[in-house]
Amino acid sequence: MTRTRIGFLVALALLLAAPYFVYPVLVMKVLCFALFACAFNLLLGFTGLLSFGHAAFFGMAAYVTGYAMTRLSLTPEVGLALGVLAAAALGGVFGGLAIRRQGIYFAMITLALAQMVYFFCLQAPFTGGEDGLQGVPRGALFGLLDLRDDKVIYYVVVAIFVAGFSVIYRTIHSPFGQVLKAIRENEPRALSLGYDVNRYKLLAFVLSASLAGLAGATKTLMLGFATLTDVHWATSGEVVLMTLVGGVGTVLGPIVGAIGIVVLQNELADKVGPWVTVIMGAIFVVNVLAFRRGIVGEIAARLRKQPPRSIPEPPVLAPASDATVTPETPGSAL
Amino acid sequence: MNRTIIAALTSAVFLTTIVASAQAQTAKLSGDMVRIGVLTDMSGLYSDVGGQGSVIAAQMAVDDFGGKVLGKKVDIVSADHQNKADVAANKAREWIDRDGVDMITDVLNSAVALATAKVVAEKKRIMMDTGAASTRLTNEDCTPYTVHHSYDTYALAHGTGTAVVKQGGDTWFFLTADYAFGHSLEKDTSDVVKANGGKVLGAVRHPLSASDFSSFLLQAQASKAKIIGLANAGGDTVNSIKAANEFGLTKTQSLAGLLVFIADIHSLGLAATQGMYVTEAWYWDLNDDTRKWSKRFFEKTKKMPTMIHAGVYSSVTMYLNAVKATGTDDADQVMAWMRKNKHSDMFGKNMVLREDGRLLHEMYLFQVKKPAESKAPWDYYNLRSTIPADQAFQPLSLSRCPLIKK
Amino acid sequence: MTEILGIPIQALLGQLLLGLVNGSFYAMLSLGLAIIFGLLNIINFAHGALYMMGAYAAWLSLTYFNVGYWPSLILAPVVIGAFGMLIERGFLQWLYKLDHLYGLLLTFGIALMLEGTFRYFFGVSGQPYPVPEQLSGATNLGFMILPNYRAWVVAASLTVCVATWFVIERTRLGAYLRAATENPKLVQAFGINVPLMVTLTYGFGAALAAFSGVLAAPIIQVNPLMGSNLIVIVFAVVVIGGMGSILGSIATGLGLGVIEGLTKVFYPEASSTVIFVIMVIVLLVRPAGLFGREK
Repeated sequence: MTRTRIGFLVALALLLAAPYFVYPVLVMKVLCFALFACAFNLLLGFTGLLSFGHAAFFGMAAYVTGYAMTRLSLTPEVGLALGVLAAAALGGVFGGLAIRRQGIYFAMITLALAQMVYFFCLQAPFTGGEDGLQGVPRGALFGLLDLRDDKVIYYVVVAIFVAGFSVIYRTIHSPFGQVLKAIRENEPRALSLGYDVNRYKLLAFVLSASLAGLAGATKTLMLGFATLTDVHWATSGEVVLMTLVGGVGTVLGPIVGAIGIVVLQNELADKVGPWVTVIMGAIFVVNVLAFRRGIVGEIAARLRKQPPRSIPEPPVLAPASDATVTPETPGSAL
Repeated sequence: MNRTIIAALTSAVFLTTIVASAQAQTAKLSGDMVRIGVLTDMSGLYSDVGGQGSVIAAQMAVDDFGGKVLGKKVDIVSADHQNKADVAANKAREWIDRDGVDMITDVLNSAVALATAKVVAEKKRIMMDTGAASTRLTNEDCTPYTVHHSYDTYALAHGTGTAVVKQGGDTWFFLTADYAFGHSLEKDTSDVVKANGGKVLGAVRHPLSASDFSSFLLQAQASKAKIIGLANAGGDTVNSIKAANEFGLTKTQSLAGLLVFIADIHSLGLAATQGMYVTEAWYWDLNDDTRKWSKRFFEKTKKMPTMIHAGVYSSVTMYLNAVKATGTDDADQVMAWMRKNKHSDMFGKNMVLREDGRLLHEMYLFQVKKPAESKAPWDYYNLRSTIPADQAFQPLSLSRCPLIKK
Repeated sequence: MTEILGIPIQALLGQLLLGLVNGSFYAMLSLGLAIIFGLLNIINFAHGALYMMGAYAAWLSLTYFNVGYWPSLILAPVVIGAFGMLIERGFLQWLYKLDHLYGLLLTFGIALMLEGTFRYFFGVSGQPYPVPEQLSGATNLGFMILPNYRAWVVAASLTVCVATWFVIERTRLGAYLRAATENPKLVQAFGINVPLMVTLTYGFGAALAAFSGVLAAPIIQVNPLMGSNLIVIVFAVVVIGGMGSILGSIATGLGLGVIEGLTKVFYPEASSTVIFVIMVIVLLVRPAGLFGREK
């Protein structure tokens, strides 16, 4: 266990030194998306719910934070808090509706609800519609730290990321997290053991939405704008991809996935244009067909020094016979 | 134990990817060269009026300048902003932070320009906008580092709007692109219509790059207005004109394209556009200078330049002149020089940069020729009137720019 | 002047008809999704991309091979249908034993790849496709001028939907299909080639999407994003209708199109969200969907 701790400390040290070697804005972007993906993974990887509408929380928090700081001239900490609250509230509504269905319907419902949020943001006056919310001032955190300095805001973003990540880490390893895993593995059994499954699912959903919101709010603070891209379904797709690439249901997978995807997009966008989309799609396809454990999942499996095939598939997306999905399947069309 | 290794591997991946992408950051200092960024729509609905043509126009300006200023290389970089404000703002930030870009031009699309202006001002660089039209750029959202070069919605509204109302088009309904540009154009034109005794019956907003205009046009038709003002641009204007013909609107109502580029006329054809009034800052067939430059541009692109292309050429020339004269690429000094001096090139003569960022020059009201009048390809306009520089743009007294002391 | 609730009847009926046109597309696409889901248990995220490809197939064959609208109406679905079968054989068939969510993710990836490829070659601005000569022009209905082409779209899509319903509910082939949906192993045991049937079904769904795409080409600008803009709405339609019955899918699609058209008259600001609001209400009242089977 101490080695885990050493590992984390090394990673943290690298993170703290990073702005002296790399473009800090890029690292901050990576951190925001890493937090976003970790929040998403809490739901997919540890509760077994595939939300295809997580951009709604990310984007709504981005807008609320931006609005609070620009139009209401509030301080960054209040702006962030309001953003997270907005995402949590939205998460409550989404979660309450979506957990009424399971499996594939759950994914479609979250996607459709997120699209509704997208259209809302397109038309609502406070978002600036197609123009987006521009020129959000970074301000001074707690009136002390002047965030206009790229270095200062960098360390604030690192602090936010570490805090968010710790919350997720603690949640996974808490009794609450164990119940979530039980639901993921076998929902009827968890139900028969007397757990109020829907309440646990809803709580996990709200927690995940809040942390996704924290990521979105931080992104606004750092880049100074919130736009429709933040609430678009393509962003929801990206976060799914990051988690899938890194490893669904692994603690570090989403972070690795976020690094890979954000850096790839950043470095390739100008050089290959629309091929970035094609590459993203191809990664999806390869991942689903051949690489379902993701990078971290695969490494972990190999380190266990067993033939990889004997390791079960990532538990969320288990075989079709899994009890969590069967209720929907036989009542098919025609 | 396993977790440690995973953590270590993760950090290694993290470090390598980040170091790999670090290259450009430390390589160049802003002083080593002058770098100009052309931020434009390369693949979307505005790519015909800006796009690759703008990059070529910027390169022509650099070549005409001798490729160097103060003995140092002048470099052009370009990027596709995809008409997304966030893509543009990210790109601008990265250009300035990592690639040492000193000036950004074109910035077609008002949402993009508003976002870029914020970043550019924060970083103390210069944005010379030749493509975006919203008057917000020199009013509510003005910055000390914005040059609004070619045209704006005020000038368009006063040119075309006035002409149409005077022809008897006194009731209006707007079909408006739902973002900064459309809103500005609708507002500025409404003001003109009302000031000239006309009435505005309503407006319908359509998304940028809309695919089907039919239901919006039905709303316009139901309004019974004489004039349907098209407060949109590029592909949206072309498509709304086509759809209006399909639904027979043109039989009972007239369309007024408030921002029409020569590229749009070219794609719609004279039969569909004849008689329309068009306000432009520039036309290839104005004089010998414009014809000569346009011929060179045509040879490279096989298209005649739009006013945006000409504006990019002019803005780059203006900027390089300023750098040469001041001996620095320091934004404050360059801006001060540009404000103090008059600018002349094939785009305009004795152009003056006002303190709110508006560049004053003549505007032109054209009427689209009948097919029979057109003697050659791209021979599309009859000049109806020239609007003098001091009347073409919003007077400073009406400015809402906080930088202006009244 | 005739008005209902202060709205000119002309505008009302006009928007209703346009709503019906949109509804025809919803109906055809949700029908395809339902058929594919029935047999493959996959929610086909690539459906929008196939629809887009149908429109491009028509546009490309007109631009480069001078093949007109009518041949395209047959050829494009055949080509895209074959392409769909390749997707099924190449990718989807490996997923049938896994969680259905993998099917969603895989087809999402395929959709991204197709969309990106078309964006690379054609940009994001739309390509115009002319209305076929026989259907150009408009009929003055008194209350509105109806472009003939749009009337044709409604008629054509209704015909295709009803024909599909007939084949599945009233023919021997349809009976096999329905049986395979209920119990593939048993049907296989009766000597029917179920994997082939699965491939053909996916191909048919793809062809249906492509047919919609060709129908849509003269109305909207043919562009790479046309499918993804539509597919999310169709998902909502599917959730509202439930995937239980063919006629249900058709009725839900048309009905929602009309409702959307009406919203454009009475409260245009809500027209893009109304379908999602209905979805929320249906979820609260009848979680399985209007025509879905509760389980």
